[in-house]
Amino acid sequence: MKPATFQSHFAAALFDVRPSFELASQPAFAVYRNTVMKGCIDALEANYPSVARLVGSDWFRAAAAVHVAARPPHDGRMLCYGADFAGFLAGFEPAADLPYLPGVARLDHSWTQAHTAADAHAIDGAWLATLSPEALGTLRIAPHPAARWHWFPDAPIFTIWERNRNASDSTEELDWHGEGALLTRPRDAVTWRGASLGDCAFLDACADGKPLGDAAVAAVTAQADCDIADLLAGLLRAGALVVAPSAERAS
Amino acid sequence: MDCPLTAGLGLKPEHYDAARACTARGLWFEVHPENYMVAGGPRLRWLEAVRAAHPVALHGVSLSLAGDAPPDEDHLARFAALVRRIEPALVSEHLAWSTYDGRYFPDLLPFPRSDEALHRIAENIERTQAALGRRIAVENPSHYLHIDGHDWDEIDFLRELVRRTGCGLLLDVNNVHVSARNLGYEAGAYIDRFPGKDVLEIHLAGHSCDPVLGEALLIDSHDAPVAPEVWALYRRLIGRIGARPTLVERDGNVPAFDELLAERDVAAAELCAAEMAISNANGLPRRPKPMRAPARATESFR
Repeated sequence: MKPATFQSHFAAALFDVRPSFELASQPAFAVYRNTVMKGCIDALEANYPSVARLVGSDWFRAAAAVHVAARPPHDGRMLCYGADFAGFLAGFEPAADLPYLPGVARLDHSWTQAHTAADAHAIDGAWLATLSPEALGTLRIAPHPAARWHWFPDAPIFTIWERNRNASDSTEELDWHGEGALLTRPRDAVTWRGASLGDCAFLDACADGKPLGDAAVAAVTAQADCDIADLLAGLLRAGALVVAPSAERAS
Repeated sequence: MDCPLTAGLGLKPEHYDAARACTARGLWFEVHPENYMVAGGPRLRWLEAVRAAHPVALHGVSLSLAGDAPPDEDHLARFAALVRRIEPALVSEHLAWSTYDGRYFPDLLPFPRSDEALHRIAENIERTQAALGRRIAVENPSHYLHIDGHDWDEIDFLRELVRRTGCGLLLDVNNVHVSARNLGYEAGAYIDRFPGKDVLEIHLAGHSCDPVLGEALLIDSHDAPVAPEVWALYRRLIGRIGARPTLVERDGNVPAFDELLAERDVAAAELCAAEMAISNANGLPRRPKPMRAPARATESFR
């Protein structure tokens, strides 16, 4: 048998309960089947700890097995596996009663992205205070490579995620309104806080390469009562901003 | 001053601080490079901190050398970047495949050792060594299945890969024990035939019985101490070929660092005993053979 034919049949038999591949009839074939499935499910459970805590390990592992069969990994780095798990959960019929689950998964994924993103020096308020008003208006700042932000219009996803990420047993009633989240990593540890609609619009504009003045307009457009000085001070304190790489080269 | 690698340990994240602080002579650590192929962040800083105190080996699990395709270019580039960054004492991979048609299966899968497979694997090893700019060691896998269509015996196959590519070998003694039991051959005879001069590294690990088939099927589970039969095979091997950097692997039921270190110390003592026995037999002082880690200006070897 050609190597490609052998590997094609072997790979198919790993996920096929009634394979025609002769080797799969040996009881020991289950070792490979189990190892591959367990490796994928363990990776998903490690990458989505808040989702797993919310639904319990048994439910999580059963859902993960469905995901693995439909979308196996494409990268040897298992910490990257499951980038589309939130999308999978959104269309997973048994999760239909848990509409907040995909958002929680999105924040778990953002945590992994923040954890592994490139290092960069976050700018702070003291540095910004040294700039003239003219320089400020044309300054291009960018989100820190580790910064991830989301606005969830319908549910307190950030609060739900944070309680589970912290393994909190809080029974405090949830205030059922839209919420945003900002995760970043100024140095080693991933940090997070709530984010306003203005924060998210501001960061979107910065990510699009807009100058500071335009980003401020975007924030006020998204959220009329937003105080730009407070917003900027908050993002600087969070370590969520850097000088835009192209601006840095130009200066 | 650098120090020859003696016995090392697989590095677990929960042991980073203890690993860095440990001063055992000749101690080194091994990691899966896949866990450190990231753009930035604390993982690289932790690994660099351990590397500043000890030699580190990179043991890849996903290159798929026996896959019927060249290694993924992006993966190789990330691997090469980590090699440049960490300057590892040893780099190794497996005689197995784990990717097919773009999909990755997190396991080390078997194949018929055909002439065609030999040609492809030799090409893949050459590409890897060219990308990393160094020699790699290729590990003998654990076997569970009786596969038809082998043109080559495993040891002859590995020997031929060494001849064609200049690669070295990593002999996993637990894999030999597990495979010999599962496929019904004599582990001692395999150990005795293995080409000693090409062995750059030895692995030791624990195994377990299959939950369904029991003793009829041993699993290379890395979740228990090294078994007495594996220690016996190890003594037999190093009694013949001399000391080599030896890694004690543990991936499940990971105990406290000191407990793992004690198991590693047993391997280090066996290496000393083997060297002394060989010196005495030859009647001549014998220089230890282990690889020396490249010295770095920023680190202090103990």
